[in-house]
Amino acid sequence: MSEAHDPGFVRRYIFSTDHKIIGIQYILTGLVMGLVGGLLAVLIRIQLGWPTAQWELLETLMPRGYPSGFMAPEFYISVVTMHGTIMVFFFISYVLVSGFGNYLVPLQVGAKDMAYPLLNMLSYWFALLSAVVMMASFLVEGGAAAAGWTAYPPLSAIASAVPGSGLGQSIWLVSMAIFIASFTMSGLNVVATIFTMRAPGMTMMRLPLTIWSYFIAAILGLLAFPPLTAAAVLLLFDRHLGTSFFLPSGLVVAGQPLSFQGGSPLLWQHLFWFLGHPEVYVLILPALGIVGDVVPAFTRKPVFGYRLNVYSLIAVGVLSMVVWGHHMFVSGMSPFTGEYFTLATMLITIPMTVYGVNLVASLFGGRMRLATPMLFSLAAVALFGSGGFGGLFLGNATADMQLHDTYFVVGHFHFMIGGVTLMGTFAALYFWFPKMFGRSMHEGFGKLHFWGTFAPFFMVFFGQHFLGLQGMPRRYYAFNTYEYLEGTAGQNTMLSVIVMVLVAAQFVFMVNFLWSLFKGQPAEANPWAATTLEWTVASPPPHGNFGDTLPAVHRWAYEYSPESTGEDFAPQTAGPNDAPITA
Amino acid sequence: MSETRDTRLPFSLEPVLVGLLFGSIGLFGVIYGIGEWAPELASRHGAGIDTMMTYLMVTTGAMFLTGHLAMALFIWQGSRRTRISHRLASPRFEKRLSIALGVLMAVVAEGGVVAIGLPVWNEYFMAEAPPDAVTVEVVGQQFFWSVRYPGADGEFGATDIQLMDDVVNPIGLDRSDPVAVDDIVWLNEIYVPVNRPVRVVLRSKDMIHSFFLPHLRVKQDVIPGMVPEVVFVPTREGTFELACAELCGLGHYRMQGFFHVVSDAEFTSQLERLASEQ
Ligand code: HEM
Ligand SMILES: [Cu+2]
Ligand SMILES: [Cu+2]
Repeated sequence: MSEAHDPGFVRRYIFSTDHKIIGIQYILTGLVMGLVGGLLAVLIRIQLGWPTAQWELLETLMPRGYPSGFMAPEFYISVVTMHGTIMVFFFISYVLVSGFGNYLVPLQVGAKDMAYPLLNMLSYWFALLSAVVMMASFLVEGGAAAAGWTAYPPLSAIASAVPGSGLGQSIWLVSMAIFIASFTMSGLNVVATIFTMRAPGMTMMRLPLTIWSYFIAAILGLLAFPPLTAAAVLLLFDRHLGTSFFLPSGLVVAGQPLSFQGGSPLLWQHLFWFLGHPEVYVLILPALGIVGDVVPAFTRKPVFGYRLNVYSLIAVGVLSMVVWGHHMFVSGMSPFTGEYFTLATMLITIPMTVYGVNLVASLFGGRMRLATPMLFSLAAVALFGSGGFGGLFLGNATADMQLHDTYFVVGHFHFMIGGVTLMGTFAALYFWFPKMFGRSMHEGFGKLHFWGTFAPFFMVFFGQHFLGLQGMPRRYYAFNTYEYLEGTAGQNTMLSVIVMVLVAAQFVFMVNFLWSLFKGQPAEANPWAATTLEWTVASPPPHGNFGDTLPAVHRWAYEYSPESTGEDFAPQTAGPNDAPITA
Repeated sequence: MSETRDTRLPFSLEPVLVGLLFGSIGLFGVIYGIGEWAPELASRHGAGIDTMMTYLMVTTGAMFLTGHLAMALFIWQGSRRTRISHRLASPRFEKRLSIALGVLMAVVAEGGVVAIGLPVWNEYFMAEAPPDAVTVEVVGQQFFWSVRYPGADGEFGATDIQLMDDVVNPIGLDRSDPVAVDDIVWLNEIYVPVNRPVRVVLRSKDMIHSFFLPHLRVKQDVIPGMVPEVVFVPTREGTFELACAELCGLGHYRMQGFFHVVSDAEFTSQLERLASEQ
């Protein structure tokens, strides 16, 4: 690699094609979006905790959303919609999937960069564009989209249905199309890089679980996302060109008969969930892969059942493509279809259980160090198990009849794509921060952040499962007119109070992150004594990662406490003479 | 390698706290869960749904508790070691564990579905309304439910979009149709007799709504363009709330109705009252 000329600040840090810079750009963008999504969550919880209160401060800040200090119901559902959209597509997708994916894939497979660096840069700029477009929808007439992150028509198709279905919903659809374009580009890059750019000796079965999880997630994204692009375009046609892909005849909205004919709202649901279900695995698999690699570093022993974990990831990937209908059990689709989707969904619990139990088994017999990345990994494991148990209820069509579209679902997916991914993201941030920025984060504040995050998070969303069991429907602005839900008012207030603790703890993280960027302890190349390739180079790694020669890989990524040596670990580059090769 | 004394670290508080955190999640989670249940049951098929949920509560509750206690234990033990006690399990053991887990989940998850869940599901969806069933049509729109009984002839009269008027005729009933003359149309209040099958014919005028009766374990989305029907038997007299369970606009949360389950005599007299007010 010739580093003869300095490309200059702009080419190096802004329009960079270096996967590490792009990864960090994604992560920072995603963290900012996560902050926005978190503040929206606070607005939601304020409303649910104190549904009749008047907020003068909020009125001053957002006069349209809080006329005379009371939250407007249309604003509430816009906020719910945007919270979900931002958290799923712009926070977790960017930080965990695209951000760490970009950063880690070339480093851990032993490549100098992604297969297509220019495409990689393009995918980031598309991603940023889609986030900016989405945020712009808050400012337009009628406000942001309000049909839920699932955007079911007719609500999302007809401007007079709800204020957010004006320009806001069109912007939402355009932003999603840009997002998918971006995600497709980065997915292609990940697949190509893992397939073709592995360092000599890095066989598929020596890849760290992290890489396996990104690999499968990228393939899922490539297969599952395009149908939603098509659906988004068709919905835009329905909205603006008078077509009727998703709209049947006989609609009368706000007293006005409409002239649509022959379409079906159910078609949207199929297309959406054909993306939506794999999408949840796109988000969670990287978290599970990362946890599978962080845990061994803090127990100093190999992950339990590596091969079976890989097979489980593959099986989950395959099965996740054929279970989307479990989101539609009570939609009115054929009950036979419901039976199929129930049986298929229950199958997916088998590989998930194998993976989850293997993670717990990886803790057994180890020498454990409870550093911050490990604490968050443990949290992710617990949430993964608990969320899976909720999945057993929801994937079972019979139980889902009662639980569908209640807070049980809200609790379930917050454990899963909210919790496992959030805890996995924090584990990754604390673990790789020293590698990314050459400085360490503060452990004490990290632990404070852990205690302030995991315990409240668990209480809030565990509690929501039982609110759902009591029949509390989701996406409700208030519950105070329902007699059967009178008992939930106190619980809702309490959950809102706990959420405030949770949010406060995130400020500890923000301060720690920013402070450590500039003032943190300088980090060595391998502060955690871990085995994968990125730890064999300097922190932060130089442009091109490995210098002139690619690393030679001699072993798998789990050579902790290798047999018959006094060593604590052997990096993947250590030769056969350094330690016996396990795999 | 077995644990010997010199491979242990001196006592330290943090692992104890972290272990306690995970252990108490398991313990208090189960204790909390035992005290919670769905609204008091009021339908026949709902008993099957409750059995399904009870089965799931017990099985997942047991796994939830075991899993968290195991984590707590491993955290305590592991944090006191200075050397690992186990490195690799044999491939055979790993494979056997996975197979055992697969079988366990196949029995717990698939088995529960096949043995308890799907029979209930089938019975519910395959139910033909018997001749003595009470038929009622419920039409959702932003943000209320129109309720219609067919009257003495047992048939619903024609409706027409052109006649729809949210104030006086929300479903656009065509009173010039002879079949429509005795139709009874009302808002948000549904009367049905106890212990007799009810057939609810659902329609929507605008958005997707969802007909949710928490006490009766009934939930059915109403997608415009489709006319789903549900058949079920209320088993308890009382007034049960109807809630909309699919986001349908800014008033979704107040799309409330009342499902009155009454005696046969009361049912007849209520319908007479409603008919006289048409
Ligand atoms: C054990 C495996 C799982 C099963 C059996 C399962 C089952 C289900 C079912 C049946 C639903 C639909 C519930 C309803 O709307 O009535 C659902 C919702 C959801 N699940 Fe899972 N799930 C599992 C794992 C996951 C994972 C791993 C994730 C995320 C990474 C996830 C994220 C979600 C999300 C986001 C929703 C809500 C979608 C919405 O907004 O309606 N689930 N799950
Ligand atoms: Cu799903
Ligand atoms: Cu509704």
